[in-house]
Amino acid sequence: MNAPTEMNEVTPFTIAFKLDQQTVIAFEGESILKAAKRHGIDIPHLCYKDGLRADGNCRACVVEIKGERTLAPSCCRNATAGMEVLLKTPRVEKSQKMVLEMLLSDMPDVGYKWNDADALSGAAALGDTPPVTVGAEASANSATQAIGQHGELSYWADKLGVTVRPQLKALRRHQPKSDVSHPAMAVNLDACIQCNRCVRACREEQVNDVIGYAMRGSHSEIVFDLNDPMGDSSCVACGECVQACPTGALMPKTQIGSQVVDKKVDSVCPFCGVGCLVTYNVKDNKIVSVDGRDGPANHNRLCVKGRFGFDYAASPQRLTVPLIRRAGVAKDPESLSKLNRDSADWSEVFREATWEEALAYTAGTLKNLRDTHGKKSLAGFGSAKGSNEEAYLFQKLVRTGFGSNNVDHCTRLCHASSVAALLEGVGSAAVSNQVNDVQHSEMIFVIGSNPTANHPVAATWMKNAAKLGAKIVLADPRITDIGKHAWRTLQFKPDTDVAMLNALIHTVIEEGLADQDFISKRANNFEALRENVKGYSPEAMEPICGIPAQKLREVARAFAKAKSAMILWGMGVSQHVHGTDNARCLIALVTVTGQIGKPGSGLHPLRGQNNVQGASDAGLIPMMFPNYQRVTNKAAHAWFENFWDTQLDDQPGYTVVEIMHKALAPDSDPHKVRGMYIMGENPAMSDPDLNHARHALASLEHMVVQDIFMTETAWLADVVLPATAWPEKNGTVSNTDRMVQLGKQALDAPGQAKPDLWIIQQIAKRMGPHAAPLHGSLPPEGAVPALGRPGGGVGLNWNYAGEFDGVAAVYEEMRQAMHTAISGITWERLQRESSVT
Amino acid sequence: MSSSVTLSPDVKTVTLGTVDDMRERIRRKSKLKGRQADDISLAEVRALIGAPPHQRDLLIELLHKINDAYRCLHDRHLVALAKEMNIPMAEVFEVATFYHHFEVVRGDAVAPGLTVRVCDGLSCELAGAQDLLKRLPALLGNADVQVIPAPCLGRCEQAPVAVVHQHPVPHATVQSVVALVDAAKAHHPEAQTDAVFAAAELAERSVSPEPHAIEVAPGYTGLDAYRAQGGYGLAAALVNGEHDAEAVLKAMEDSGLRGLGGAGFPAGRKWRIVRDQPAPKLMAVNIDEGEPGTFKDRTYLERDPHRFLEGLLIAAQVVGIEHCYIYLRDEYHGCRAILETELALLRANPPCELPLIELRRGAGAYICGEESAMIESIEGKRGEPRMRPPYIAQVGLFGRPTLEHNFETLYWVRDIVERGPDWFSSFGRNGRKGLRSFSVSGRVKQPGVKLAPAGITVRELIAEYCGGMLEGHKLYAYLPGGASGGIFPESLADVPLDFDTLQPHGGFIGSAAVIVLSQQDSARDAALNMMRFFAHESCGQCTPCRVGTAKSATLLEAKVWDIETLEDLNIVMTDASICGLGQAAPNPVRCVVKYFAHEVS
Repeated sequence: MNAPTEMNEVTPFTIAFKLDQQTVIAFEGESILKAAKRHGIDIPHLCYKDGLRADGNCRACVVEIKGERTLAPSCCRNATAGMEVLLKTPRVEKSQKMVLEMLLSDMPDVGYKWNDADALSGAAALGDTPPVTVGAEASANSATQAIGQHGELSYWADKLGVTVRPQLKALRRHQPKSDVSHPAMAVNLDACIQCNRCVRACREEQVNDVIGYAMRGSHSEIVFDLNDPMGDSSCVACGECVQACPTGALMPKTQIGSQVVDKKVDSVCPFCGVGCLVTYNVKDNKIVSVDGRDGPANHNRLCVKGRFGFDYAASPQRLTVPLIRRAGVAKDPESLSKLNRDSADWSEVFREATWEEALAYTAGTLKNLRDTHGKKSLAGFGSAKGSNEEAYLFQKLVRTGFGSNNVDHCTRLCHASSVAALLEGVGSAAVSNQVNDVQHSEMIFVIGSNPTANHPVAATWMKNAAKLGAKIVLADPRITDIGKHAWRTLQFKPDTDVAMLNALIHTVIEEGLADQDFISKRANNFEALRENVKGYSPEAMEPICGIPAQKLREVARAFAKAKSAMILWGMGVSQHVHGTDNARCLIALVTVTGQIGKPGSGLHPLRGQNNVQGASDAGLIPMMFPNYQRVTNKAAHAWFENFWDTQLDDQPGYTVVEIMHKALAPDSDPHKVRGMYIMGENPAMSDPDLNHARHALASLEHMVVQDIFMTETAWLADVVLPATAWPEKNGTVSNTDRMVQLGKQALDAPGQAKPDLWIIQQIAKRMGPHAAPLHGSLPPEGAVPALGRPGGGVGLNWNYAGEFDGVAAVYEEMRQAMHTAISGITWERLQRESSVT
Repeated sequence: MSSSVTLSPDVKTVTLGTVDDMRERIRRKSKLKGRQADDISLAEVRALIGAPPHQRDLLIELLHKINDAYRCLHDRHLVALAKEMNIPMAEVFEVATFYHHFEVVRGDAVAPGLTVRVCDGLSCELAGAQDLLKRLPALLGNADVQVIPAPCLGRCEQAPVAVVHQHPVPHATVQSVVALVDAAKAHHPEAQTDAVFAAAELAERSVSPEPHAIEVAPGYTGLDAYRAQGGYGLAAALVNGEHDAEAVLKAMEDSGLRGLGGAGFPAGRKWRIVRDQPAPKLMAVNIDEGEPGTFKDRTYLERDPHRFLEGLLIAAQVVGIEHCYIYLRDEYHGCRAILETELALLRANPPCELPLIELRRGAGAYICGEESAMIESIEGKRGEPRMRPPYIAQVGLFGRPTLEHNFETLYWVRDIVERGPDWFSSFGRNGRKGLRSFSVSGRVKQPGVKLAPAGITVRELIAEYCGGMLEGHKLYAYLPGGASGGIFPESLADVPLDFDTLQPHGGFIGSAAVIVLSQQDSARDAALNMMRFFAHESCGQCTPCRVGTAKSATLLEAKVWDIETLEDLNIVMTDASICGLGQAAPNPVRCVVKYFAHEVS
């Protein structure tokens, strides 16, 4: 009902106005600057930046509007019908040039953000070879006035032919000291032009509220908190300010100086589920900085992790060569508690091996275990930090090579309970709408989630919405940072989620606030729910959850009456013995209030890892094939047997937790797990009962770990295979909004490290199938005929053709396996659009 | 292959330190980011401002409470205030440091016990302010007393003026200031309600007393006396529907009354525009009288506050306004006390239903006299002017349609309606109409507020209203409109003074602050004084004004002016500044180049 039905609803109104005699069309509400830009005219500007509120303070973009006494800032002034704008008059050019000259006159001789490859290229072009002088002390008439010293300011000065006359250069302001107290960013306010882009980025865009514009007049200054050093301030290092700064006064420490890089590679941030699009700036096979890109989840924003957490790929501790445990070195789980990974010397435990030796040894041993102890004796842990293609191929290896469904990953300890409740309650194991739909919410209900820390960019949309009047309710035993922006906080006693949420549902129903229309058309079992929550009045729940009944009623009423309300939750809801019940309550709450299925309303479990959504979708879970097809469903089972041309186990495999139990099972247990393949997970550090997990892993007859660092788990392995970091490979990931997004290789892998996709295929080839092919090479029913049998090849001797270890071919096969979900998202489309939902 | 081993076995194991070292490291790592409010400061702040929640727009008011109590703002108090108000520390800090009356001190630094401000506005400088500034610090000889220059304090007819904390010293001498400091008289003396003042009867006369009769706190017309004269009758009749609002609006339009803050927008038309806007509508009254040389609002307010308040009630009723804000410059401590007292009396015994009226205190920022900067300040922010459009009549205070008036504009409303629009427009000279309150200071015998006909010339004003030039002084130049209105030579002393008459000569009348210079003075010194003032008072928002005023002020110090560079700066300031401050700042410079070239070549 929300979709527009008439063309005129989606056609913006237009206005005709004049730009230097030429009649042009602007959209209603469009600034002169933007309209001009669409018509190929770039008006000089400094304080204006797409995505930030136009502030109009630098005055570099002033234009003449007929009939007006003074010039007007084209970034702030909207075009109106019949307006006559003059861009090229001497009067306009005089002011534009003077603004640039005034700003340049206060700049240091050597800047921090060079447009050129080196600082002196401008001067060198004049035939001089001046001595290098650094800093504001350099003499004013030194020849180091290269044209490209100060980023955008120099760019425009160059374009308009502006240089600073000596009379103004002589009046250079008193320059503030530089501040390098922050580990990642340098503050050099001698290059500041007071445009306050950083203030708007920090305050209005990210709502981190650290940067201010203090003092007055020519003493005006950018400050952090109470003019504290940046490193001592409340800065959370999102770095939006350095991305916003036009002149280099605020810079990532890694890129001070020339901005010229070898290449810029578009990719996706590898950290959390928000899935921000990024551009890697690469120089000498190293990432030197990261820029936020305009993706659907982030619209150019990044957080500290995505912007500055790229150095791990270049860590000297990376694994670069295959390793095999030395004969006679026991696996000692106790030693892990004393292990210092920074200083530990693995050479006493492992010896280097060739890829051929390591692969043959590990595949041979796993094959042997399978063939000796049966198909249940092996298990695999995939990774929520790998790509969709890796996840898909990994589970295919387990199901067709190991011969069981013993494949799982960290979702088990994460949102699996939410997934279970969502599959049961709404039939879809994902969010109902993307995070930034909160901009359409009247109420934003955050429970069991600390988004400012864990999903910082997602949190910015919530804070933006709150600033525009949306009511945030934070329900959490801790009042976290988002609480500052909350309308109400419900600081309930730990583990009383169900009591508190049922009290809200009770209030909605008993006070007659339920959305009867929605319920009658779209919900089942309402009467049962009503019966169930009868005993959960806020008054009865108050002593249990610790929230005053009145407050519960107030929140319930506001939630029910809001035009739109969205619930976002995290581990605080799911990591419980009754996590599924918690999520069920949330589903019930939106259902009785009709707060789903319209803009700004719905359910959003904030996914943790960058690809936990995609890994689950691709089938890295023991009870389901790709796209949540239950292994016990006969039709699905038959479809996949046909598709993969292999006999498949029709019983669910063991979960992450159960596999640990089964590793410690007595020898008599036919399902005892004896061998494991662990790709990109570290259960020896991330499982809830570490002693238990470490003993279980240490007791395995054979374990192969594929990772980029010597993790605690790897320390207990028989074989360690050096894999690739995210920026070193190609593939797709699915974010919490369930956008499929493409990452591209930016770096070469170190040493002998290999792409994960290659390693999986090598192990598969060496293990061979657990059973003979069913049909030979007939194409499966329902497969796109042109593709033939997916993967090709015989048995597990897959043959994924194409660059990057056949990543496109793997994707295409996965697309068929998940045809009801992603058949429209072709590889070509991903190449073109980067992000598709 | 040589690069393949990265975890070299010969990496030495490093001792991580003692247990205490480790604990310290963990403490440091687990510390919350940035400054945290401490319990003592929170308690101290709460004792002054009460328990939360606090409205965001009251930030400046709350800063005043702390600044008054501690005579400064300790950073720890700012952190506590940010926490109590649930706003970012940076916002508190940027507002506190914008206003010059807030003294932000760091850490354990202590604020001086007493501050003596010496006005260095042009009129006071002519009367010897620099001498006071030079001699006072040594004489007061006390680390606990600081002597600082202050921009125009709005007492130019009393020049030179000093203020000991909040106690003004008219005709200040070194001796009188020292005596006051020694006597520890730091607060503005209380005014008595023992006078009966009727401004209209002073038409074509001097409003201010003669210099020898000047008092710091003259008597004023209190509520009872004002009502005894028939005061508030008109307002009550309007509110009770006994008087036609349209007729009032008509009278305002017919009188030709124009905004008396300086811009001169026709008052009646403004009422009609705002009246047609959707409710809720707000009113903001500008008593941030800061234009150097201007002191008319103070002169009326400290004698006759209710005539202004009645004007406010009438405007609110006619335009349909429920909430009024009065923004008073912080330097007017006596006026503040009067308004606080009289507003309380009015609320206690209202002549009719009153709108909400809030008194807001400035904090030392000339720019807040600019209408949109004042609105920002009332909202508790830095006083940075807004860009227009949208006009504040449509999108003003808190985003609502706002009627903004200068004090004096409202002050004349009752008389115009009661006496009829013709009364006001019957005055005038040289073809101009109406009355103007000229604030005259400088080298004249009797400076003060002169309620003279519009269109009067400066020569007539000096001769007829000011008792002529001071002995030994001859008219050399004059500033017709404070700092921004330009500097005219004696040869232009016969130009009628009014809105629109001075623009052809490169100046304007603004708030009608006339500063008279003699042959003992120089126009270039006046221009330098003005440009330093503008640089001091520029809000720092836009490049032309922030950089231009500062660079100009330095260039103007040269014996021979760099006219080419100055004019380039003039052009960009005039054409491209956001507000009138930057746009008008070049006027004195241009006038000197045009009329007094011999002084700078």
